[in-house]
Amino acid sequence: MGRKLLLEHIDVPGIETFEVYRREGGYRSVEKALKTMSPQEVVEEVQKSALKGRGGAGFPTGMKWSFLAKPEGIPRYLVCNADESEPGTFKDRYLMEKIPHLLIEGMITSSYALGANTSHIYIRGEYMFVLDILEKAIAEAYEKGFLGKNILGSGYDLDLYVSPGGGAYICGEETALLESLEGKRGNPRMKPPFPAVKGLFGCPTVVNNVESIAAVVPIINIGADEYLKIGTEKSSGTKLISASGNLVRPGVYEIELGLSVEEFIYGDEWCRGIANGKKIKACIPGGSSVPILPAHLITKTAAGETRYMSYESLSDGGFASGSMLGSGGFIVFDEDQCIVRNTWNFARFYAHESCGQCSPCREGTGWMEKVLYRLEHGQGNMRDIELLEQINKKIEGNTICPLGDAAAWPVAAAIRHFREEFEWHVTNPQEAQTRNYGLLKVTETL
Amino acid sequence: MVSTHELQGAKPPFSDERLKEVQAIISKFPEGRQKSALIRVLHMAEEDFGGWLSQETMDYVASLLDIQPVEVYEVATFYTMFNMEPTGQFVFEVCRTGPCMLVGSDQIIEHIKNRLGITKVGETSADGIFTLKTSECLGACGYAPMLQCGKVFHEHLTPEKVDQLIEDYRAKYAQLKNQN
Ligand SMILES: Cc1cc2nc3c(=O)[nH]c(=O)nc-3n(C[C@H](O)[C@H](O)[C@H](O)COP(=O)(O)O)c2cc1C
Ligand code: SF4
Ligand code: FES
Repeated sequence: MGRKLLLEHIDVPGIETFEVYRREGGYRSVEKALKTMSPQEVVEEVQKSALKGRGGAGFPTGMKWSFLAKPEGIPRYLVCNADESEPGTFKDRYLMEKIPHLLIEGMITSSYALGANTSHIYIRGEYMFVLDILEKAIAEAYEKGFLGKNILGSGYDLDLYVSPGGGAYICGEETALLESLEGKRGNPRMKPPFPAVKGLFGCPTVVNNVESIAAVVPIINIGADEYLKIGTEKSSGTKLISASGNLVRPGVYEIELGLSVEEFIYGDEWCRGIANGKKIKACIPGGSSVPILPAHLITKTAAGETRYMSYESLSDGGFASGSMLGSGGFIVFDEDQCIVRNTWNFARFYAHESCGQCSPCREGTGWMEKVLYRLEHGQGNMRDIELLEQINKKIEGNTICPLGDAAAWPVAAAIRHFREEFEWHVTNPQEAQTRNYGLLKVTETL
Repeated sequence: MVSTHELQGAKPPFSDERLKEVQAIISKFPEGRQKSALIRVLHMAEEDFGGWLSQETMDYVASLLDIQPVEVYEVATFYTMFNMEPTGQFVFEVCRTGPCMLVGSDQIIEHIKNRLGITKVGETSADGIFTLKTSECLGACGYAPMLQCGKVFHEHLTPEKVDQLIEDYRAKYAQLKNQN
């Protein structure tokens, strides 16, 4: 079931080439926009489609576009966020690797809408092989007259470039990304000014996720009215989900928003259930920064209603009993997994990735990692659990960028839903050290 | 031990062809914003000059981009991909983050340590061929466990696959050594 708007042609051999992509109907949105629509009309269409940003925060794309400042004589930029570093997320890579022209087409149509004549794709450095694929595709697009001067005789010019990062999760945060693109350390900027007013090189800039930009293509092709019919009332369209962890069939799936979580995990067309015949213990539905859900809250909400893969249903119950769709990084834990160990693992990630600019984040993420390490290795006490909650409160809302919150929330959620397991690590230190739920004991110390 | 440096015998400057690439990268950015090329040029420098960034290399990159050496140092040390010390010829970077751990990245790390005869992540095998590192999520969570070596992602790892990989890279190393 479900319509495919982005991955419809993914299995066509040669779809990574201009020729095949074009034959399958590629670059029609560019023709339609440049020949029959004004930039403002493209913006309005995207606004009407109710597309929510696919990078994690879910901010309406059309609204973001409408905020872009347009002072005379100053260039404007569209920057594509292909940093994709949120643990559990690998959909942007899939899209760019398999069907690079879809992103390029989206960049052209979107840049036209925003009045940008130079646009950049910032891709994480570890995806250097994907950068090569993109540059090859971009060269083809130039050759065919879809990039460069006077595209399709419309008088519209666009140059499109790709630049790599150097390995830093924080560069996915839009202002850190802009710093990095300017050749600096990835330290997030204070806001305001927002990028829409002062972004790349001090000029008005829109930063959008790969998938958001790709989604502009079907929106222009089928029109916002048609797009709105797909998905749910509050979550229009389709979404790429990166499924990982203990699943029979992990991978990238395009779902119609509103598919039931149960169908997604167990359905034949999707993940086909939990690997090795085990039961599900927990799920992080939207990338490592969103709250973890225990088994009883994954397929049903606290009120006993069916849980759906949509922005509103996954967040039903707020942080008390819900989570978030986030980036769509859907991580599944089987019954043998240790929540404390996983919480420590992610805390280590955030401590490693904090840019160090604000003390609550720099120090707090480090403390959380240490305390969780103690608990996981049977060296903790009950007060450590309270201590984690206190550190959390000190970080939350006290930092320049949301990485601090992203580090604090998952720990709070893990304690909320799995407190007994944390306590068990305190009361059974011997066992906590030796029993690792099927995982090898880590032999290295901190 | 043959160090990477000896093997590839490379120090600045870039070849003429590479210098043209650098110019092309600089030209993507507005006048006076040539610093924007820095990260990409550092990747190129690492590739061409022995797999790590020596002070000599960084100073050279600074002169190429007409920026202060310190501007290069602070960027090189911020990003985790850049090696600030010499490494083995091949660096295995095993992802250790949650989704990979759920399906056994810890075992893969242990297995590599045993096979290479090293005790800690970060060490280089005695023959100088391999350095083992860990990394945070590399965007391959659905194909885990995985490791990155150079530009290549090796996915769906098992201990047997790792053994094969080590063998393949050893053969590649022997080939490189013969060419030199
Ligand atoms: C720490 C941190 C990391 C982020 N990483 C990414 C990322 O890898 N990719 C992404 O598209 N957005 C990421 N974001 C969100 C971006 O700041 C920004 O909201 C997004 O690129 C906007 O695109 P969208 O509106 O199309 O979703 C991150 C945010 C934070 C705070
Ligand atoms: S919250 Fe953390 S990552 Fe964000 S700016 Fe502050 S120190 Fe850096
Ligand atoms: S967690 Fe290892 S690739 Fe994502």
